Amino acid sequence: MEETTQAAESENGVNVSSDPPQTISVAGAQPEISPDRDGDQLRITLGEFEGPLDLLLYLIRQDQVNIYDIPVARITDEYLRYLNLMQELDLTVAGDFLVMAAQLIDLKSRMLLPRDPTAEEEEVLDPRADLVNRLLEHEKFKAAAQMLWSRATVEQAVFMRAEIETDKNNPEVVVGLFDLLKVFQEILARHKEEVLMEIEREEVTMAQMIERLRNMVRSAGELNLLQFFERAQSRRELVVAFLSVLELVRLNEISLRQRETFGEITAKSVSPA
Amino acid sequence: MSTAKAANAEEIESIASAEESAIEGQREISDTELRAIVEALIFVADEPIGGRAIAEVVDLDREAVEAAIQELATDYESRPGGLQLREIAGGWQIATRAEHHEHIRAYLKSKPSAKLSLASLETLAVIAYRQPVTVPEILEIRGVQSPSAIKTLLDKRLIVAKGRKETVGRPMMYGTSKEFLIQFGLKDLSELPSIEDFQDLAGGATE
Repeated sequence: MEETTQAAESENGVNVSSDPPQTISVAGAQPEISPDRDGDQLRITLGEFEGPLDLLLYLIRQDQVNIYDIPVARITDEYLRYLNLMQELDLTVAGDFLVMAAQLIDLKSRMLLPRDPTAEEEEVLDPRADLVNRLLEHEKFKAAAQMLWSRATVEQAVFMRAEIETDKNNPEVVVGLFDLLKVFQEILARHKEEVLMEIEREEVTMAQMIERLRNMVRSAGELNLLQFFERAQSRRELVVAFLSVLELVRLNEISLRQRETFGEITAKSVSPA
Repeated sequence: MSTAKAANAEEIESIASAEESAIEGQREISDTELRAIVEALIFVADEPIGGRAIAEVVDLDREAVEAAIQELATDYESRPGGLQLREIAGGWQIATRAEHHEHIRAYLKSKPSAKLSLASLETLAVIAYRQPVTVPEILEIRGVQSPSAIKTLLDKRLIVAKGRKETVGRPMMYGTSKEFLIQFGLKDLSELPSIEDFQDLAGGATE
């Protein structure tokens, strides 16, 4: 497995390792190997490099061993060889790979320890069980990703009608936090200009503010948020008002819409479907 | 032919006056007419439109509208046209049938847009099945950090933040969005095959 970069001068430019001649399709990655400008050195680009679990699954599959009965020592050695190879190829080995290496070595040493003869039969857990479960779980999600991939492929073959004039006037765009902040900022600025004569300190609690917002949305049907914010008497109340909008959005009680970029934002109640 | 044309003209007229009559609440809409209106609304809506929204517009009760949608759906299924009426992301949508994509692309001169990377898809799968889920939980399943995948998914609006988990470090939780349902052609999340169904696939492949 050494001198792999030099050994990669086979015809198709894909076979990298001299023994055995195989493509390093590490964990499903499709590496591309191309000579650099001078042609002296080969560059290796790993397309989609996956994590340590993928590498383990790949090794298990390659050796055709039973996933429920992994020969830990052998797989660990192979895993470490790949890790070395990756380092030799100057790939940045992600920390996750090293963590897994440590876990494998730990597992290997635990497998070597004799089992406690006094322990009950049922209590003797296979030290590999955790790893096996993680691998199986991981594979399930890999399969799920494949399913999503094929769904997306089908969806890409489906077309909707072209845009019509009214579309951009009625964007169901979910208002982002920054849009909200902008409105808030405008009002804060306006408040600053007003001469405030605060005589009585009137504290509006969050709960009261949420209730007020609920009522206003309910009675108005569609509420311009500017109106809501402008009712606030003080800077503090304004902050509470702003937070209550965020809260109701979070609770999915209201939805916010903005008809045009930087336009006014209106709130509408979300009635349960 | 002439009668058909006349009926058509009448329909156009009735649609034109629909607004007034909706206020009066007097006008009777026949089943055929309702079906036609429903179809037109679904066509013109720029994203999947639900029965409730349609019922509001035509000012009829939801049941009648839902029934009309169902009939319309049956119509679409039985006729060998180029369009399909499908339920997606909690609403209805008129779209082309997938098998005609080559000709449509030839006309639109478009190529399939860039697909998500495998890493992003895997991350998306974990989020879709385990939502709301935190980054450390995703790491546990994938065995590898996925910051760029999460960023890509957020950028594409396929996932949204769903608040913070009340645990050490209060990590952000993520879930899938409506856009996810639309892009993957799903009615709702329950339409995803159960994750346990992938079990046999996972266990069997390695033995």
